[in-house]
Amino acid sequence: MTAPRTLFDKLWDAHVVVPESEAAPAVLYVDLHLIHEVTSPQAFSELRARGLSPARPERTKATMDHSTPTLPAGEDGKLPYASQASALQVETLARNCAEFGIELFDIGSAQRGIVHVIAPELGFTQPGMTIVCGDSHTSTHGAFGALAFGIGTSEVGHVLATQCLLQRKPRTMAITVEGELAPGVGAKDVILHIIGRIGVNGGTGHVIEYRGSTIRAMDMEQRMTLCNMSIEAGARAGMVAPDETTYAWLARAPRAPGAGIAGSVEFAHARARWSRFVGDEGARFDREVRVDARDIRPTLTWGTHPGTAIAVDAPIPAPADGDEAARKSLDYMGLEPGRALDGTPVDVVFVGSCTNGRLSDMRAVAQVLRGRTVAASVRMLVVPGSEQVKREAEAEGIDAVVRAAGAEWREPGCSMCIAMNGDLVAPGQLAVSTSNRNFEGRQGPGARTLLASPLTAAWAAVNGRVCDPRNQIAAASRKAEAARQTAEVAR
Amino acid sequence: MSGLQFVRSRSVVLRQTNIDTDQIIPARFLSTTERKGLGRYAFNDWRYLQGDGSAPDEPAPNPAFAFNRPENADRAILLAGRNFGCGSSREHAPWALTDLGLQAIVSSEIADIFRNNALKNGLLPVVLDEADVQALMQRPDDELTVDVRARELRTPDGRAYAFPLDTFAQTCLLEGVDELGYLLARQPQIQIYETHAHEARQHAR
Ligand code: SF4
Repeated sequence: MTAPRTLFDKLWDAHVVVPESEAAPAVLYVDLHLIHEVTSPQAFSELRARGLSPARPERTKATMDHSTPTLPAGEDGKLPYASQASALQVETLARNCAEFGIELFDIGSAQRGIVHVIAPELGFTQPGMTIVCGDSHTSTHGAFGALAFGIGTSEVGHVLATQCLLQRKPRTMAITVEGELAPGVGAKDVILHIIGRIGVNGGTGHVIEYRGSTIRAMDMEQRMTLCNMSIEAGARAGMVAPDETTYAWLARAPRAPGAGIAGSVEFAHARARWSRFVGDEGARFDREVRVDARDIRPTLTWGTHPGTAIAVDAPIPAPADGDEAARKSLDYMGLEPGRALDGTPVDVVFVGSCTNGRLSDMRAVAQVLRGRTVAASVRMLVVPGSEQVKREAEAEGIDAVVRAAGAEWREPGCSMCIAMNGDLVAPGQLAVSTSNRNFEGRQGPGARTLLASPLTAAWAAVNGRVCDPRNQIAAASRKAEAARQTAEVAR
Repeated sequence: MSGLQFVRSRSVVLRQTNIDTDQIIPARFLSTTERKGLGRYAFNDWRYLQGDGSAPDEPAPNPAFAFNRPENADRAILLAGRNFGCGSSREHAPWALTDLGLQAIVSSEIADIFRNNALKNGLLPVVLDEADVQALMQRPDDELTVDVRARELRTPDGRAYAFPLDTFAQTCLLEGVDELGYLLARQPQIQIYETHAHEARQHAR
């Protein structure tokens, strides 16, 4: 009998074309390659310079998301690009895709959106696959039991030309989360809590598998939020083994086997294949971390990297002696140690990104905004992660709720997550953001970012300052109870 | 890429830990379809005073920033705080650093994707113990030698610090081999893999 293998081991073994040796890394086959406008142009130039063309163009899918405006076309019919360079980048991708026969979800396509939102939506992302993209948040796709990781532009060229990559086998890490999450606590809080605990480099050199009852209870969108931020702990990839939740999602996905027809033979075959991609009982990991779900409170970051995550009601830690980085972080953020983030005044609230730009995130925000208004001092932007998310949210009237509350409802894209398209936080302003990075200047030069869940972000928008969603939920239900009693008395 | 065996230089020191790729090159400079000329944006937000960078015409250099000090102008080795290069997968980061003239980054930890990207661009990631990095940071004016073949960094007083370097990466650096060429030469094996499609392989339709 062979030794029990982890999910990662199975994924790795299934894709080795040439095994690794001391002299050379493994040649690893790539099932699905995703590209976007920012990290692909130089790879296509390289291909052209060498007279090469894509080996398997049907295995590459393209979309535009980083540089695209989130405001609709003006009266002249032109999209308001932040710069000519951005417009050129988008055009270049369209030209490259046309020339090399790569399917593109272009501006105007009903399926366009953030690359890590649309591939799972369409069903391109499937269990058992290797998936790469010139983008570190490719880890998102691990939520389906795929080995998915970010690569550089040179490697984009390698995959285009050969459908393969040179890789050394990473180490494995299990993060097991057990127990029920408190109301007001979601997947974003779980992953921020984990990064706060293991550190911004805690996963370096590792592929993480998330396990345990808390993870099993999560829907696919929550699992994507979780896996998305694996890279913020330095891990190459994060993954969750597929289960009924995964298959139910794929059964509705139009480009998955069986074209989203759950009862089809093709789907049944695919499902049988997918179900083999789970770790064996007793498989060993290089490192194991256990987390108790009951310890997780609504969590935000106070500093300038995602490892600075703390509970909303916990004091900002005082920098240790000689910890220049922490001192510089506090300075940049304009925050004081010893105080909780709870109560911090907020200028901007951003809901969106490949971390939290999906339908469930839009719903969470709408639930808070319904019948309330965004504080006068706050600018709030709600940006759906894809055209599909936008359509579905609008069908539920979420856009109307968002607008009525005084927030902006935008076109899909990366937007303020990376501030490349003109959507940015002004210097010195403090933003509560559902995205994944709080690096200095990430949301614009001088911008200050607190990472948080959509729920925490929405409450911050309404109150004009950070507050604990658990208290807000409790207050709201007390109010509802009082109203019910009054109504009863009146009757 | 031609062969690279030695880097010999004095060094520039950035003590900051967790220097992320958004600091190395802010995202607003990624709207390019070229890989050349990015050195002018390297560390942009630390390098220039109040320049918001959206129109980086003539931003005033911040004299306090290490790379702006005249004595550092031609230095090819960067000594950086722990966990250098965390964050995004943008290869624009090593492109910007090599364009700035850097050939080696020395730190006690270097993020995975950045390290991979750096090696593909002839930028050497040198990982040493934190105490050794700290010691080197005390003497930035010493001319250091990074020896790719020996996998060691040497100081003028005769000390040698070994650093890990993947054998394949080492060969690529020394012989100027490029990875794409290596992969293209494996096409027969790739074809065999594809025809005897492992049952785990799936097609997106
Ligand atoms: S939403 Fe942000 S993190 Fe996600 S792909 Fe876009 S820029 Fe990257």
